[in-house]
Amino acid sequence: MQFNAESEKPIFQQFAEQIEEGILKGIYGEESQIPSTTEVAVTYRINPATANRGVNLLVDEGIVYKKRGIGMFVSVGAREKIIAKRKATFYESYVLPMIREAGNLELTESDTLTMVERGMKDEHNTH
Amino acid sequence: MSIIHIESVSKTYGATRALQDVSLMLEGDKIYGLLGRNGAGKTTLIKIITNKLFADSGRVLIDGQSACENDRAQAKLYCMTEGNVHPWNMKVREGFRWALEFHPRFDRDYALVLAERFDLEMDKQIKDLSSGYSSVFKLILTLASGAPVIIFDEPVLGLDAAHRELFYRELIASYSANPRMVIIATHLIDEVADLLEEVIIIKKGRIALAEPVESILKRAYSVSGDSEKVDAFSRGKNVIHEETMGKFKAVTIFQQRDDGDKARMQDLGLELIPARLQHVFINLTD
Repeated sequence: MQFNAESEKPIFQQFAEQIEEGILKGIYGEESQIPSTTEVAVTYRINPATANRGVNLLVDEGIVYKKRGIGMFVSVGAREKIIAKRKATFYESYVLPMIREAGNLELTESDTLTMVERGMKDEHNTH
Repeated sequence: MSIIHIESVSKTYGATRALQDVSLMLEGDKIYGLLGRNGAGKTTLIKIITNKLFADSGRVLIDGQSACENDRAQAKLYCMTEGNVHPWNMKVREGFRWALEFHPRFDRDYALVLAERFDLEMDKQIKDLSSGYSSVFKLILTLASGAPVIIFDEPVLGLDAAHRELFYRELIASYSANPRMVIIATHLIDEVADLLEEVIIIKKGRIALAEPVESILKRAYSVSGDSEKVDAFSRGKNVIHEETMGKFKAVTIFQQRDDGDKARMQDLGLELIPARLQHVFINLTD
């Protein structure tokens, strides 16, 4: 896990997203334990309440749940929830910024689409 | 859970007004940052809380009892500077034993674990410790004191980078395992910013701000873009910091933002960035 001090997002949100990333990639499977807030707070030397806010974001969305006295675990169906959530913001988070940047670079619509197609092909071949 | 009430405390040294009508309430097992520049009054305030100095006026209450000349109230506090009172020809090992006699809640086993992590030599005399290790010794006494309120005054002075990191981590670990009130007075704001839950900013003997970090972050933000447009946006707002590079400008604003601001930012094509905690604190102490 890596936090970026210069990132525009608050640390607790970065932490929540890192855990989501781990779930998406299968590092944390369903019913597996995620790092405790204490571990995270100590490692990144942040206030435990801050680390807790990150975990609470995930609890509120039903992505992880608390087992009293043991720790935090990945909920069943967490991966699907994250995918659904990220799909909903994909357009705003990735597509629009890409189009804006293409505009800054004076790329035409067909230049941009060609690049997207090329990217799709390359990714497909490497996986 | 402890409560420290500071009521209208003032203190003058000769012509210097070190504290002017300071009122604060510290409550609960939270990590407080007492932030300010050198000479702002941080140490004076701590000395009054810990009964090392008398206030000219006002009072301090610890869980409702006067902090002044009151051993029962003072027993709830442990301040790092107490490490200075050890007989200096004493060895570190004896120093830990000695601490146990004065502070029955002192956790000697934990102190020994910490000493090992910091590579503190147990058989060295306290007076022979380097300034860095002298600080390490005092930090360990404080972390292991078992007091419900622990106070650090410039904790990392003299410590090298590795020991500073270690101290901050041990503090968080110790606080997580054993929540209590922690007060860290320091001018090294960027180092402690992420550790804090509550912030008290002291400026020229007065309290400039005392708030939870969360509520501060809600009010602080930065916008950047074309300098004329940034100026147009920030006019009349509480700008606490600005940076200009040619026609590009970034400002940090400390004021609740409303929906109108949001729309205006978009109209002007300005970029919104959450403010970095340390920038806000540093600018408010300036």
